[in-house]
Amino acid sequence: MIDFIERRIALEWHEPRRSYEVVIIGAGGHGLATAYYLAHRHGIASVAVIEAGYIGSGNSGRNTTIIRANYGIPEAIRFYQHSLELYQTLEEELDSSIMHETRGLMWLAHTETQMRGERARSLLNRACGAETVMITPSEAKELCPQLDLSGGGRYPVLGASYHPAAATARHDRVVWAYAQGAMRRGVHVLPHTTVTGLLRDGPRVTGVETSAGPIAAGVVLSAVGGRVSTIAAHAGVRLPIRTHPLQAFVTNFYDFPFPGIIGDTELACYVSQTERGQLLIGAEYDAQPSYSLASSFSFLRRSSAKMMHLLPFVRDLRILRQWTGICDISADFSPVMGETGVAGFLVTTGWGTWGFKAIPAGGEQMAELIATGRAPTLLQPFGLDRFAADHTMADPGSAGTH
Amino acid sequence: MLWITCPTCGLRPVEEYRFGGELRGIPEWITDPAERDVDYVWMRDNLEGMTTERWFHAAGCRRWLTLRRDTSTDTVVA
Repeated sequence: MIDFIERRIALEWHEPRRSYEVVIIGAGGHGLATAYYLAHRHGIASVAVIEAGYIGSGNSGRNTTIIRANYGIPEAIRFYQHSLELYQTLEEELDSSIMHETRGLMWLAHTETQMRGERARSLLNRACGAETVMITPSEAKELCPQLDLSGGGRYPVLGASYHPAAATARHDRVVWAYAQGAMRRGVHVLPHTTVTGLLRDGPRVTGVETSAGPIAAGVVLSAVGGRVSTIAAHAGVRLPIRTHPLQAFVTNFYDFPFPGIIGDTELACYVSQTERGQLLIGAEYDAQPSYSLASSFSFLRRSSAKMMHLLPFVRDLRILRQWTGICDISADFSPVMGETGVAGFLVTTGWGTWGFKAIPAGGEQMAELIATGRAPTLLQPFGLDRFAADHTMADPGSAGTH
Repeated sequence: MLWITCPTCGLRPVEEYRFGGELRGIPEWITDPAERDVDYVWMRDNLEGMTTERWFHAAGCRRWLTLRRDTSTDTVVA
């Protein structure tokens, strides 16, 4: 874990060529991971990843870095379990530290209804290959001694579902590691280049119009976060996506170890400790859609009040930093990956507030789809055509706060 | 934080309201009736800029109102 400076990350920047086999819009985790797997597994190195800011400056740099697989529908559990397993071996795969640490995640239940829900979820998780067990309040207290089992008198802890494989990783390092892996294999990453439009040849998308001039491409993949609807509109693609802000904050240094991740579906908040010892607290996304990155005091007040019910000691901490990301929340709370109905234009979107944990699997599956032209098994249920087919993947558990 | 003027209750914080979705039409170029239905149910304009929206004053007078909001800055315009 203490290897911040052991090796320099070798990032090599290139002048853009006029044409590539694959152009990926958005150099966040998903875009760079897709580029990496395209070059590494499928031998397609003629790839450009175009980014409006610096790499990882969007939601990859603004999330709360929790990796888990305890989802609510079989398709999602299998997908995220695969991603969680890829994360476990990612350091060796990319030959770069991502500060991956398995911590275990507890979801607390305060009512009998919630207990039933958590029991059902843990059984479904186990059936689909993700280890989740129910634990008693005293076991929860053992895992997290700071926990107030009376929940401040108002939210007594009746039990919890425990997902031992849940982990955290350093988000920037994941982005850099994938960028380095991709660049070593010949991928061009073009930061500070804005995509202003898509090149069309009849119904087909044949490239992108950028602030550095037009770039032709055999396939264009949008791995954009909050602004995906704008990109898709250039191709005439309609998406079931709304962009909502999600806020989070960190406290100052907390002197004692706080090993696990604690989540709460009733209070809609979660907490973990960062490598720097700060407590990282997040909650549900803002109710109204917006592209504004402004943080709000009402969020701080609401989520710190919630956290004080469960962890009374946080009232002695100070808030150090607060930030906002704009999340592409899909209508059924599941990702949208694959073909769009427009030739040459693919999307990986709808990653909302749950995209970080899916970076390895999302990248791997999208790369396979682009390279082979066939949707792999794990990706297939998440196509855009599921909405027209009336087969949505409703998974409110995906946000972790429902 | 966003503040919204309710015609009945005056200026109230956003937490009292429930977002009820944008007022929108289905694009003209979608002609197939079934596709228009899919668009109506699932698809969103998700505009970055001016939108016309319905809001419900849930913790107030419990009436619906229509307003113009700039989603790039999250400010109510009218």
